[in-house]
Amino acid sequence: MAEIQSPLPGVFYRKPGPDKDPYVQEGERVETGQVIGMVEIMKQFTEVHSDVAGTLESFSVEDAAMVNPGDVLAVVDEG
Amino acid sequence: MALTIEQPGLLTTVQDQGRIGYYNVGIPQGGAMDQESAQAANKLVGNTAAEAVLECTYMGPSFTVDAPTTIAVTGADIPVLLNGTEQSAWTRIELAEGDAVKFGVLRGGARFYLAVRGGVDVPEVLGSRSTYAIGRLGGVDGRKLEAGDVVPVGSPVGELPSVAEIPESLRPALGGDQELRIVWGLYDHLLTDEGRRRLVEEEWKLTPVADRMGLRYEGPGVEWIQREQPFGAGQDPSNIVDAGYAVGSIQVPGGTQPIVLHRDAVSGGGYAMVGTVISADMDLLARATPGTSTRFRAVSMEEALEARRERARRIEGLWGL
Repeated sequence: MAEIQSPLPGVFYRKPGPDKDPYVQEGERVETGQVIGMVEIMKQFTEVHSDVAGTLESFSVEDAAMVNPGDVLAVVDEG
Repeated sequence: MALTIEQPGLLTTVQDQGRIGYYNVGIPQGGAMDQESAQAANKLVGNTAAEAVLECTYMGPSFTVDAPTTIAVTGADIPVLLNGTEQSAWTRIELAEGDAVKFGVLRGGARFYLAVRGGVDVPEVLGSRSTYAIGRLGGVDGRKLEAGDVVPVGSPVGELPSVAEIPESLRPALGGDQELRIVWGLYDHLLTDEGRRRLVEEEWKLTPVADRMGLRYEGPGVEWIQREQPFGAGQDPSNIVDAGYAVGSIQVPGGTQPIVLHRDAVSGGGYAMVGTVISADMDLLARATPGTSTRFRAVSMEEALEARRERARRIEGLWGL
């Protein structure tokens, strides 16, 4: 299992826009470098990437939740 | 000598002690938000307080150097990685030609400072190298750093100090709740007694809306005296006829979320300033992360001036190391 951490504080979003589909759903496959969400701070949106390939097991925070640096955002089952 | 920026970080800007003397024409003082930490970094690399440093926010840049040099990182707690190996912050770090520096994930605080021996040598604009991004002034082309920027560094201005490290006792505490001292005014008379009580007795939390211009807090809100708005003021009770804003002043647009203005704030406008964070606590504000529980404590002008002297003595002690 690999944890994807937030590199910065802010608001975590699972979708690229309010009317858009989530970047990835729980249970779906992610590739190394794939965007799984983004964090908004100071009117800037920073994409969060998966460092590993595998199945995105679960998100650890809700959509639009406040996160801090180092918070686990999602768990990926490698392979 | 220059730094070649590979990744710029989230908001990395050149800052110094600020652009003093132009606030009356709408140009804010700017400068490093946490002056004490910025000066500690300059101390370690043999600079004076006047040399420009890089202010990094939440995420650090990655860069390489094209000649041997000396750097120091102070402020927020973040791993400093030299060619992938973690180095101590608040400590002088020697770099060889081609060395690569990057940063890990923030562990505490919000802003950290990178000083380079000789200082960041961008052109002075109105007497300062500080970046004022909204006005496109100072720094590198008046903006935050971008990938590919080559940041010039000046020649050493003095000898390296005998100390290579700032002692723990002189480093600011990071994390935890904050207490910010304020003086009332100029417009606190527009608040009800209950409104004034809430500001200084209730708990407020820093929102993610916090940058070099201002920091917005959420909490119980305040309460205004109902009055007929004077000619020239907006219709909301938080509006006044335009007036000058002090650095550190607290406005509460709509009465819900107080905003503390910081060093890049506009110099005036139409929101009532109900109090002002004292100058000695402005560095503290710069260290707050979103979610920080905050209390505003009212102090007298005498206490504010004593706190200012105490801060000056502390910084003097830093330079005396």
